[in-house]
Amino acid sequence: MLHGVKLRIEPGSVVGVMGQSGCGKTTLLRIIAGWLKASAGSTRVLGEDLAGLGAGGIFRLRRKMGMLFQFGALFTDMTVFDNVAFQMREHTDLPEDLIGDLVMMKLEAVGLRGAAGLMPSELSGGMARRVALARAVALDPQLMLYDEPFTGLDPISLGVIARLIRTLNDSLGQTSIVVSHDVEECFAIVDYVYFVSAGRIVAEGKPAEMRRSGEAFVKQFVRGEPDGPIPFHYPAPGYQADLDGGGALSSLLGVSANG
Amino acid sequence: MKRSTIDIWVGLFVAAGFVGLLFLALRVGNLTFSTAQTYQVQAKFANIGGLKRRAPIKSAGVVVGRVSEVSFDNESYEAIVTFNVDAQYRFPRDTSAKILTSGLLGEQYVGLEAGGDGVMLKQGDRLRLTQSAVVLENLISQFLFNKAAEGKDSKDGK
Amino acid sequence: MAEQETPGALRSGLEKLGRTFTAKIWRLGFAARFFLYVLLHSGTALRRFGLTIREIYFAGVQSMIIILVSGLFVGMVLALQGYDTLQRYGSSEALGILVALSLVRELGPVVAGLLFASRAGSAITAEIGLMKATEQIAAMEMMAVDPIARVVAPRFWAGVISMPLLAALFSAMGIFGGYLVGVQLIGVDEGAFWSQMQDSVDWREDVMNGVIKSMVFGVAVTWIAVFEGYDAPPTAEGVSGATTRTVVTSSLAILALDFVLTALMFTGGTAK
Repeated sequence: MLHGVKLRIEPGSVVGVMGQSGCGKTTLLRIIAGWLKASAGSTRVLGEDLAGLGAGGIFRLRRKMGMLFQFGALFTDMTVFDNVAFQMREHTDLPEDLIGDLVMMKLEAVGLRGAAGLMPSELSGGMARRVALARAVALDPQLMLYDEPFTGLDPISLGVIARLIRTLNDSLGQTSIVVSHDVEECFAIVDYVYFVSAGRIVAEGKPAEMRRSGEAFVKQFVRGEPDGPIPFHYPAPGYQADLDGGGALSSLLGVSANG
Repeated sequence: MKRSTIDIWVGLFVAAGFVGLLFLALRVGNLTFSTAQTYQVQAKFANIGGLKRRAPIKSAGVVVGRVSEVSFDNESYEAIVTFNVDAQYRFPRDTSAKILTSGLLGEQYVGLEAGGDGVMLKQGDRLRLTQSAVVLENLISQFLFNKAAEGKDSKDGK
Repeated sequence: MAEQETPGALRSGLEKLGRTFTAKIWRLGFAARFFLYVLLHSGTALRRFGLTIREIYFAGVQSMIIILVSGLFVGMVLALQGYDTLQRYGSSEALGILVALSLVRELGPVVAGLLFASRAGSAITAEIGLMKATEQIAAMEMMAVDPIARVVAPRFWAGVISMPLLAALFSAMGIFGGYLVGVQLIGVDEGAFWSQMQDSVDWREDVMNGVIKSMVFGVAVTWIAVFEGYDAPPTAEGVSGATTRTVVTSSLAILALDFVLTALMFTGGTAK
């Protein structure tokens, strides 16, 4: 549930949206992508107001967008080559040899040209995500959305993906929105960052400013402190009561309250 | 799986399916591509028993046609059976039709016995001489009646 | 205390029953809307027929072995059991009729339908459910490709096309099995076997009606399979539950539809 969220994203920039799991950042992404409709306010993406678009309009808009899903979401019944070629084959009438060249170019950009003949099941997590990236930028979209691109990757793959996001954004003249909770990688590549907590934007600014920020949530998040505005303890009744045999513990153990 | 391999297998599958269907229709069922001409003839019966549409019409044991329609005459209270007879077989106008049973409890069919008339049947003619199906219950009761009469005769003394 | 609890328990039991019932009705309505949507968006499946052909391979061709083997065994058992009963009335020559009519009218469409539901239907459900769980469907939507047209419709039409063919193969194989046991093994007269069969099996009333039945079953089974897959919760338990539901619901649907169709098609014969 998002409340009173105001985002303004400069074309050509890489913007980060950070926060705890379940704070609403993925919801934000889905609203931008047209999956969810905002119940109040307006959303303008690539110059168009989403509220006025029907299903056909949203499909049309999505041709100019690309999205990288958390675990790649590659089509498991096709090869890497076919995955990247998917959009080209569906939306264009390009001849096969031209498609072949384009696919190779995209795969080369992510460093996986040699893996073109492999099936998704044969790829490691990092490789799968890179292929998904190549697939998402296949038709050179203007807007790229990244849903937790750094989750579950080893340090090398992390660095690779982060570098690719920045490089592709700049070389293709895109605008990118990165939803993540990985502070270091994110800060290294974004121009501007929004912090979301409990459905509200609590802070925004350049990464360097955020590091110096005095705002409690931002401080806890950036430094990775265990306790702060986001408490360490899940709400529970008295500790002593639980140890004495009353409270929630009794029902869990099946013991009567009177010991 | 290469695209062409898939296409071959699917083609084989569909072909096999159609062969199966054809087998069922032709070899198991009675679908015939008889482009043979037929002419229609009618006959009235007091009782057709279990005669059905597409029942065979046989003469001298050979199938010469099929029953095409069975209906009821509400005025004479008789059954009207329409036959499709193969055009290559011509029968005299006084041919008789009998409803017979193949085997003891088998399917019923129409048996044609040729008469001696010089003029042949044509499309739309009606067969005058007919014999109804033998209904088993009537046969049994007749047999019992005969037996009872025989017994009575011998009791009355001769 | 006890008197107050019983009516409360009864009431909540009824409430739960009512809620389950309305939930099922709602789901049926949703399934019907989904079915219509699939039909309306079948253009791609028919224009780019290669997609459908690929699905026919996975649904139909890969079911052929189990269909052929099962058909053979069913036919052989029919012949064995049938002969045992018929020869008591001296009607062993009617074995061909017995085997053929049983298969063509009933066993072919029904058993082939049940086998298809458990083999191909469950596979389709699992495939679509997994694609949904691993966000492949969402990715397709993001790339402005309608997943129903691209993923669901080809599988639907593949099932509808494959089903009658499989049922015909089942019946044909069964009759062959009946011939093997009846004529070759037991010794029923070969000529009587085939000629009596041909005399009694009407291609329009028996064979065609059987084909119509299998087409109806094909639509029902594939509809259930794609719907359950698309509607499955995106978790491991969700997909496995959906697969089980596909097989169970399809089987019940086949048997219920079989009753309705048989009542409509075959009882009219005696009223001529």
